[in-house]
Amino acid sequence: MQQPIIEVKNLSKCYTISHRLSYNTFRDTLTELAKRPFRLLTERQKEKEEFWALKNINLSIAAGEKIGIIGRNGAGKSTLLKILSQITPPTTGEIRLRGRVASLLEVGTGFHPELTGRENIYLNGTILGMKRREIKKKFDEIVAFAEIEKFLDTPVKRYSSGMYVRLAFAVAAHLEPEILLVDEVLAVGDAQFQKKCLGKMEEIGKNGKTILFVSHNMGAIESLCTSCLILEHGNLLIKSNDVRKVVQQYLNSQINSKTQWTKLPSIDTNPWFIPERIELRDIGGNQVISTIRNDQPYYLYLTGTIAELNPLLTIGYAFYTENGTLLFWSFQTDSHEKNWPRLQVGTNTLVTKIPAHLLNEGEYHIEFISAIYFRQWLYEPGRSSVSMKLTVQGGLSGSLYWTAKRPGVIAPIMKWESVNHRLR
Amino acid sequence: MDKTRSPKVILHGNNSFQLFSSLPVFHDVTMTEIIISPRKGWVGINGKELWRYRELFYIFSWRDIKVRYKQTVIGVLWAILQPVLLMVIFSIFFGGLAGIPSDDVPYPIFVFSGLLFWNYFSIALNGASNSLIENENIIKKIYFPRLILPLSPTITPIIDFLIAFVIFAVMMAYYHTVPTLIGIILFPILLLLSFLTAAGLGMFLAAVNIRYRDIRYALPFFIQTLLFVTPVIYPTTLVGQKYHWLLALNPMTGIIETARTGLLGTKPIDFNLLAISGVTATALFIFGIFYFQKTERVFADIA
Repeated sequence: MQQPIIEVKNLSKCYTISHRLSYNTFRDTLTELAKRPFRLLTERQKEKEEFWALKNINLSIAAGEKIGIIGRNGAGKSTLLKILSQITPPTTGEIRLRGRVASLLEVGTGFHPELTGRENIYLNGTILGMKRREIKKKFDEIVAFAEIEKFLDTPVKRYSSGMYVRLAFAVAAHLEPEILLVDEVLAVGDAQFQKKCLGKMEEIGKNGKTILFVSHNMGAIESLCTSCLILEHGNLLIKSNDVRKVVQQYLNSQINSKTQWTKLPSIDTNPWFIPERIELRDIGGNQVISTIRNDQPYYLYLTGTIAELNPLLTIGYAFYTENGTLLFWSFQTDSHEKNWPRLQVGTNTLVTKIPAHLLNEGEYHIEFISAIYFRQWLYEPGRSSVSMKLTVQGGLSGSLYWTAKRPGVIAPIMKWESVNHRLR
Repeated sequence: MDKTRSPKVILHGNNSFQLFSSLPVFHDVTMTEIIISPRKGWVGINGKELWRYRELFYIFSWRDIKVRYKQTVIGVLWAILQPVLLMVIFSIFFGGLAGIPSDDVPYPIFVFSGLLFWNYFSIALNGASNSLIENENIIKKIYFPRLILPLSPTITPIIDFLIAFVIFAVMMAYYHTVPTLIGIILFPILLLLSFLTAAGLGMFLAAVNIRYRDIRYALPFFIQTLLFVTPVIYPTTLVGQKYHWLLALNPMTGIIETARTGLLGTKPIDFNLLAISGVTATALFIFGIFYFQKTERVFADIA
């Protein structure tokens, strides 16, 4: 039996959260110092809170294993990768790494906008741990992969965001460590490039490298990984070689089994939009409790509060299939501006119709998403906690020939007509 | 209490080398076992590790040099123009209008001999102090010995220093000044002491800066104030004898005074002053390194 390439023993990581909202400045520290003699110790303890990002993780990874790490936002996935890549130290426990580690927690770390593509390949490559010689050897390969031959001597600040990402990934993809830590970097670029990246990762994996891959993309996890683990609130829930089973378990635990979602007391703070309640209603305005039929339209009611109007606010939802494939997004701003629903400060309820005969039979889940257009996500798809389940059953079509679930994620009924060749 | 501690990283050859020989072996990597575990207290310097990361040091330095004069019209000429302009302004206002004495040498050459080291010191100190926050995103995403960050901007300005030195040599020829032999011998040592002072102070301030961003704003004032308590634009003789010890505590005083007396031959070199400078510069450097290493472990968490 080979020694495992990564051995994690009793690993815990604690962050101290300071509840002061103000920035760490000398002034704060000085005032605090002045207060300290007069305030009781208990008061001070209240200000700080311990947060255990990882709790007693034990893990052993064999050389060549490709592990998918899944879990909700804040479950400790990124913290685990950060500790493994030595960026932040553990609070307790020990890790033994028996191989050269390269971590890819971000695409394009250290890219300098003023430098050219050529220069950034060397800069980024070195930052990621490649030797000059190695970069030189792979230079042409990297350029070809990134498809930026023509712009090699242009400063990257003039690149399109697509080119930038392609170049950054190309450098990272040519790393050759024994252990590769990857954090969600595939969530970038267009679909075609994503496919190329996945292909490259697969190729790296085939060469016997050990890969730890954090992602919310279940499809990528399933196709790439040989084993999978779930982190939940800093605990290692399960690790198994049956990737499909683990992914399914995770998705099942994720989906709110109700067709309604009501806001929990939470710490969400943004002035632009905070969802309060999301529910589905049928054509008669009754709340949908369990399943819906496919031959009727239904309506998604979205209630939330606005403290400050922002013209860039987009509110919408993402529709996913049972295994996490994104079906579509919809935003209130999808149509021409004159047709946008009006929003006001205070409580707003938006209704959107989901037409009949759009979906297939099966389970779906709907996720609330919202953003300040092109600036920041308020509720990011795949990460947002607001989601609910929807089961479509029955009502597929009036046809005698179509009585059961069809293959495919959607099952629209298309119109068929005959155009007879009368003129012949 | 701060619960985070630094990782203890032990690198040693491992018997399991054969185990991996079936895998492709990449460049000069020797099979190592890395142990990551919490560790508290003062951390020594891992020289071996620094050496392994030397290429990163080169590339950071190269980046800083490359980026500095990007999108400027006159480019590297700035490296010449900056000290020369400063010298001209100081000569007009301090040497000319204010009539500050200059140890019986022409004021331009007097002030330039001080500016030579002062410019290096202030650029290096400024660069080092801001090095961590300027590379914050890299610190959060990639591991490498963090010491590289403040060290790189203290070493690259040596190039500017050498450029300024060439100008200085031209000025010496113009004013027919002959340097003393001892001055020439001491010259590299003075540069080394300037480096130690700037690096020591810079590492300390960089580590404080990442926690308290106040440093970023206080630093320009600090450097400006330091210029006035260092005999750059005036000779030490201008300050009363009983405050000389105070001036001497600033290592830059000894460096600049020695450079001046050695290169311009105005008076014999004050070796006591130089010795004090040497001791304080070294002490600052050692303190800077240890403070930096001690706080290094939490950089990624507080950046």
